[in-house]
Amino acid sequence: MAALTEEQSLLKDQAQSWVREQAPVVKFREMRDSSIEQAFTPTIWPAMVEMGWTGILVPEQYGGSDLGYLTFGVVLEELGKQLVASPLLASALVGASAFLLGDNDAQKKKYLPAIVDGSQIVTLAVDEGPRHAPARTALQAKKTTNGFALSGAKTFVPEGMAATTFVVAARTSGALGATTGITLFVVPANAKGLSRRRLSTFDSRGYANLEFANVEVGADAVLGTLDNGFGLLDGILDRARAGLGAEMLGTAAQAFDMTVSYLKTRVQFGKVIGSFQALGHRAAMLFTSMELARSCVEGALQGIDAKDEKTAELCSLSKSKMGDFLHEMSNQLIQIHGGIGMTDEFDAGFYLKRARALEALYGNQAFHRDRYARLLGY
Amino acid sequence: MSESDPLGNFRADVRTWLSENFPPSLKNKSVGMEGDAEGLGPDLDVWRERLAKKGWGAPTWPREYGGAGLGHPEARVIGDEMGRIGASNPIPLLTGMGITMVGPTVLEYGTEDQKKRHLPGIASGAVRWCLGLSEPNAGSDLASLRTKAEDKGDQFVVNGQKTWTSGADISQWCGALVRTDPKLAKHDGISFLLLPMDQPGVRTRPIKLIAGASPFCETFFDNAIAEKNDLLGKLNDGWNVVKRLLQHERQSQTGGRGAGGERPAKLEDLAKRYVGTNDDGTLADGDLRTRLTSHLMDARAHNLTIARITAEAKGKVNVSAAASILKNSATHVAQTRSELTLELMGAQGLAWEGNEFTSQEIATVREWLFGKAMSIYGGSFEVQNNIISKNILGLPETTQKG
Repeated sequence: MAALTEEQSLLKDQAQSWVREQAPVVKFREMRDSSIEQAFTPTIWPAMVEMGWTGILVPEQYGGSDLGYLTFGVVLEELGKQLVASPLLASALVGASAFLLGDNDAQKKKYLPAIVDGSQIVTLAVDEGPRHAPARTALQAKKTTNGFALSGAKTFVPEGMAATTFVVAARTSGALGATTGITLFVVPANAKGLSRRRLSTFDSRGYANLEFANVEVGADAVLGTLDNGFGLLDGILDRARAGLGAEMLGTAAQAFDMTVSYLKTRVQFGKVIGSFQALGHRAAMLFTSMELARSCVEGALQGIDAKDEKTAELCSLSKSKMGDFLHEMSNQLIQIHGGIGMTDEFDAGFYLKRARALEALYGNQAFHRDRYARLLGY
Repeated sequence: MSESDPLGNFRADVRTWLSENFPPSLKNKSVGMEGDAEGLGPDLDVWRERLAKKGWGAPTWPREYGGAGLGHPEARVIGDEMGRIGASNPIPLLTGMGITMVGPTVLEYGTEDQKKRHLPGIASGAVRWCLGLSEPNAGSDLASLRTKAEDKGDQFVVNGQKTWTSGADISQWCGALVRTDPKLAKHDGISFLLLPMDQPGVRTRPIKLIAGASPFCETFFDNAIAEKNDLLGKLNDGWNVVKRLLQHERQSQTGGRGAGGERPAKLEDLAKRYVGTNDDGTLADGDLRTRLTSHLMDARAHNLTIARITAEAKGKVNVSAAASILKNSATHVAQTRSELTLELMGAQGLAWEGNEFTSQEIATVREWLFGKAMSIYGGSFEVQNNIISKNILGLPETTQKG
C-alpha cells in the first residue's frame, strides 16, 4: 500500500470494519438470493452516504470532502474484498467525475450535492454492443427547437436499474467510429421515451439495457461541448477505470488471502498442501503479480490526483495489469480449493464471476493493451 | 510524477559541480559491465578521482570510510543528474562486487579495523573485489559448500574450488564463503573470509559462455592464506553474513540503483523500424504488437513498484522481502526485452560478428545469451520463489533449509 496519509488510514480502518460488520460477502449472497431489482442491499447505500464516501471527490462547496482519487481507491479496495455491491463507484466516482470534468457551474450545483447526499444515483451509459468501444457511439442526438432528441440504445449500463440520472454518450455528427461528433448528455432516468430492462448476468449486479425513443432534453443537458465530447468521455472513463482497478485489487487480494490460508490448512498425503513446491511457487508468483498490479493501480490513482500528463497511459496500464492478475487469481482460487471451490455454498464462485464482469467493464485487457500501444504511438 | 522537489537546492549544487567537474570527453560513455575501460582515455582516472574526493563513488557511505554520508534520496539525485548530462559513475563497475555487495556487508558486519582497511579502497574505485560463493557442487544449495579453511594460529589456510567467481582474474580481493567446522550442521560451521587474490595459493581460470567471453572464472585455492583479522563476522556465523550479502546482491539486480548513463533506444521505435507499420500507424505485426505491449506494461509496472516500495520505505533502500520479488520481476522484464528485440530484428537478429550486422544487433544477441544467466545467478528464479513462499507468505519449508 502506498504510504497513506492519516486521513487515508482512518478511512481505510473505517471501511475495513464497516465491511466486516455490515457488508461481508454473505450479504451479497443474501442479495443474490433475493429479488431486489436494483441489485444491492438497500441499507448499504444510506450507510455509505452517512460515512461521507459519496463526497470523497466532491469539493467542499458542494458538500464533499475533496480528498482525491487515491483516497477513494483506499475505500474501494476494502469494498472489493467482500464483493460489496453498491452504486458507489458508478455514481460517486464516475458520475461525480463527469460533472467535475464537465465543469459547468449550473450542472455542478444541481448534481454534485445530490450525488453526495445520495438522492441522485448517476451512472455513465456508453457502450452499445457487447464490447467496450466508446468511439463506436451510434445513439443519435438530433437538434430540436428547444434542445435535442435522443434515439438509440445503450447496453450493460452499470447500476442501470438504480440510476436516477444517466450521462449518455451520443452522436451529434460524424461517422460511426469517429472520435469527433460525440456529445455527452445528462438525461433523467424518468425522461419520457426512456425505458430500461434489467439484465440477468452471472455476477448478479444491476446492469440495464436502455432504449431511447425520441427522448427530448433541453440544450442545458449537454455536458461539456457539442461534438467535442470524446476527450471528456475519455477522461471520465479513465477515472472509472482507475477506481475500478482499486476495487478489483481488493477482490484479488481477498482471493489471494483465501488461497494462502487454504494452502496452510488443507492436508493431503499427510502434509499441508502449501508444503508442496509446485503450490508454494504458484503462490509466490501470484504474490509477485499482485505486488506489480498494486503499483499500477496506485500509480493510476496518483497520476489522476497529480494531473500527470501520462494519466491515460497509467489508467490503461492499471486496468490491463489488474485485469490480468484478477483473471489468473480468480482461476487459481478455484483450482487450489479443488472440489469445494466448485460448490455454490463456498464463496469462490462469487469472486470468479465478479472478476470476469469487472475485467470487461470500461474496457478489458485487450482493449487497454491496444489503447496503450496507440498512446505510445505504435 | 509532477511534484515539487524538496531537494531542489541539493540538485542545483550537484548540477553546478557536475558542470565544472565532468570531463566532456566521457559524455555518453561508460565503463563496460565488467569494468573494462578501453577507449575511455586518461579522463576516466581524472573523473574517478574527482568523484572519489567528493565521496560520490559511494555517496551513502559514511565520510570516514570514503563515502559522502548522504541519504538515498540525495544519492538518487546525483544519479539522475548524471544521467541527465550523459555522465555515469564508473566506480561501482570498477570495483566488481565492492560497492554493491562487499562494502554494504563490511559496513554492517566489519570491525572498525576492517572498515578502515577495506572501505576507502572500494569507495575510491581503486580496489576490485570478487566473491567466492558457488562451487561446482554447491549452486542453489549453497550451504553444501566444501571449500575449507583451517585455523593455523594467526592465519586461515584455505583449500578448495569456487566457480562463477565474476572478475576473479582481475580482482585484488575476494570475499569467500568457507567451511570452518565440518562437524557442525551444514548451515553452521561456515565462515566468511576476506582474502587477497595476489598470492601463490590462488589460481583462476576464465570460463567461456554461450555468449562468448565472460567475466566468470573458476578459482582454485591451494593453501591460500587469509589473515585472522579478515574474518568478517563471527567464526561459524558466515551463513548469516552471506544471507545479508545476497540481499544486497538481489537489491543490486532489481534495477533500483541507476548509475546514470545513456538511455537505450525505445523498443517500440526499434520495432517500427524493423517491422514497419500499417496505414493507421500501428505495428505491422499484430501479434508482436500485443506481446510488445505486454512487455512494456510489465516494465512500467516494475518501475512503478520500485518507486512504490521506495516511497513506502520513506527513502530507505529496502533489502528485505521485496528484493526477491523485484529480482524475479527485473529478470523477467530484461529477458523478455531481449527475446522481443531479437525477434523483431528478424534474420538480422542472428548476428554473431562481422560487417553485415550493426554493433547494436551483435550487442543484442550477446545480451540475449548472457541474460539467460539472470534467472540463475544471485539465487535462481526458483530459489527466489522459495524465499517468497516461505519468508513472505509463511508457507512451510519446501526445501531442507535456506
